[in-house]
Amino acid sequence: MFTARKSRLALIGGIGLAASLVLAGCASSNPLDTPTEDGGESAGSDTIVIGSQAYYSNEIIAEIYAQALENADFTVEREFNIGQRDAYIPDLESGAIDLFPEYTGNLLEFYDDSADVTSPEDVYTALQDALPDGLTALDYAEASDQDTYTVTKEFAAANKLTSIADLASLSEKATIGGAPEFEQRPYGPAGAKELYGVDLAFSATGDTTLESLLAGEIQVADIYSADPAFETEDIVALEDPENLILASNVVPIASSDVADEIADVINAVSAALGADDLVALGVQSTVDEKSPEEIATQWLTDNDLL
Amino acid sequence: MNWIADNFGLILELTLAHLWQSAIPIVLGFVLSLPLGWVAWRYRLVRGPVVILTGLLYTIPSLALLILLPALIGISTRDPANLIIGLTIYAIAILVRAVADGLDSVDPAIRQSATAMGYGGLRRFWTVDFPLAAPVVLAGLRVTAVSTISLATVGILVGVENLGYLFTNGLQRRIIAEVFAGVLAVVVIALLIDLLLLLAGRALMPWTRAVKTPNAARRPARIVRAAA
Amino acid sequence: MNLFAEALAWLFSPERLEGQYALPVLLGQHLFYTVVSVVIAAVIAVPAGWLIGHTGRGREVAVAISGAARAVPSFGLMVLLVLLLGVLRVPQAATITFVLLAIPSLLAGAYTGLEAIDRRVIDAARATGMTEWQIFWKVEVPLGLPLLVGGLRAATLQVIATVTIAAYVNLGGLGWPIIQGIPLRRFDQVLGGAILVAVLALIADMLLALAQRAAVPAGIRVASRGSRTPRAARRAASAESPSASEDSAATAPSSASPT
Repeated sequence: MFTARKSRLALIGGIGLAASLVLAGCASSNPLDTPTEDGGESAGSDTIVIGSQAYYSNEIIAEIYAQALENADFTVEREFNIGQRDAYIPDLESGAIDLFPEYTGNLLEFYDDSADVTSPEDVYTALQDALPDGLTALDYAEASDQDTYTVTKEFAAANKLTSIADLASLSEKATIGGAPEFEQRPYGPAGAKELYGVDLAFSATGDTTLESLLAGEIQVADIYSADPAFETEDIVALEDPENLILASNVVPIASSDVADEIADVINAVSAALGADDLVALGVQSTVDEKSPEEIATQWLTDNDLL
Repeated sequence: MNWIADNFGLILELTLAHLWQSAIPIVLGFVLSLPLGWVAWRYRLVRGPVVILTGLLYTIPSLALLILLPALIGISTRDPANLIIGLTIYAIAILVRAVADGLDSVDPAIRQSATAMGYGGLRRFWTVDFPLAAPVVLAGLRVTAVSTISLATVGILVGVENLGYLFTNGLQRRIIAEVFAGVLAVVVIALLIDLLLLLAGRALMPWTRAVKTPNAARRPARIVRAAA
Repeated sequence: MNLFAEALAWLFSPERLEGQYALPVLLGQHLFYTVVSVVIAAVIAVPAGWLIGHTGRGREVAVAISGAARAVPSFGLMVLLVLLLGVLRVPQAATITFVLLAIPSLLAGAYTGLEAIDRRVIDAARATGMTEWQIFWKVEVPLGLPLLVGGLRAATLQVIATVTIAAYVNLGGLGWPIIQGIPLRRFDQVLGGAILVAVLALIADMLLALAQRAAVPAGIRVASRGSRTPRAARRAASAESPSASEDSAATAPSSASPT
């Protein structure tokens, strides 16, 4: 007799089978799958794995590298939006990732936070020394994305501010806003106090730093120099004559074993990536809301690299 | 909402990733919590510590857990396995309690009758205890499923890409439609999975479809014993 | 465990009492947002839950709304509200997120508390001449209190865990060491922050568990102590904790730690 119990068991079995098929199917075809420790062997010798930070500007640069390499007949695998350096540096060092757009100063700080250099060329040289053996720094670009001490143009005019040192002359104690870790960085408020004698309070405004500056909640803001806001808003970065802030130019970091193969293509990209380009690319992302793919294709075409 | 139309492919891709990153912890959590819940229910001495331990696991902030798990077991933070293990731990924390409570709700008289009829231990568990405990366990499973799907978004903060990407990316680029799309997608798939579980429950447990007793005659005294 | 020892060292270092991110300050901020959110959620959810439990109507709607509320990712909602309300109203954005998180458990605690009462007790109260209001306040509410406090306990725990993300939008709280420690790679700080939140949650849980026991009306406690057959004892024991029913899953910690 086909009892209710048997039909229930059949139903459970059927659901279980269907579920495991679906799970297996999803798992194997997951487009966003990240490799664990395959050390680059899984992808074949011609495939270049490119990573990016969880930062839309960095993602655009990585996409530019990717399309440039694809145009030169390389096979490219994209692993974008990885996050903090702790998350991706081990993979970069092990060879699971072959190429990554980085920033000279911040990466130098990661490997050696006692480094005393600040000019672009010095920082690049120091970085080359500090990199472990498996990694090579290709040519750095003029484009940079470094911390700044930024104020609104209005505030600058009202208080006659041109350089960071001028902040010392403010009548009321100003507050600087930035990412949470900025408070502890050598070029953060403590560093400003030491080098310029400027006393600033800190507010961890994070991703809303720009809005807070524009709303008047904070007077000074650590806005990265590639932020499209420099084009869309009335803000200005204060000058840094004493080189408190380390230069941080865009530099492609590659696994030493693929570095030679891709050097020509990537160095051509770096040569064309000028100081104002990142801001313009950022505007296309935030104001025009274009995807990184579109922006990258457009830039490469405009610079005759595609 | 142009952004949503233009980026529908991205949203779909992320939704699929999100689904499988959530489905595995739910299933795994369920399977693992059955024996654990049974032990907690069966052995009174164990129950206290188990409840405290699961409560403790529950209070660890997810972000901290996702950073510390890789340090403890040696995988990369951005490995989806990291997120999956973390979510499984939270799922177990909820489900062990549900399984124990479910088994608790089975009338001991029924269990005794089954034993009297000659059902052995394991058979009695699968044919009597578990089916009767199932409604409570299913309720716990539904809650677990919804909260796992919702919690998985934290993965983006440690580099695991899923629908959480739409929050951080949307915030950075100040695209409200993007963040809204992310929230909406998470809510929709959570409610869909919840509905699926509800329907599965109805299909697999036909006895729970009995006519609902009106309020006046519902559940006799648990808090109050009226006359003896 | 080396990491654990480092975390404790970080926690107990005297620097933790200085500056704008001193631990007492962070604790105060954390408690502030937790209490405010839970109170607001209670003001909304408890009367609604009582109404549902008392009249017996609207339960399905409540369950559906709770389910939908649990599905909303707290992290995403907070980001969305910050974008919508603007940077000057970040505290409000965060509070709304936490209130939404707390409502389901409080709502469930309120109506399951009332539903679990034997109808005969209410009939008896009516028979002795009590008005509807008197029945509600003198009979239903006190008898429903243990489950309500159970719901309060679940809600508070979830909110405490989730307020850690308040630090992401510059509201301080015990999440700050975690949010700052990750980019700085200071894992002693991250673990220290995690330990603090866990300890706070445990203490709150214990206090509320005690409150839940205390909330059982004296008459019931005496009655359950009297009838000590194993079955009755088990029933009494299960009455004092969020008891085994479909609703216990509803009051159980639903959406886990910070989303």
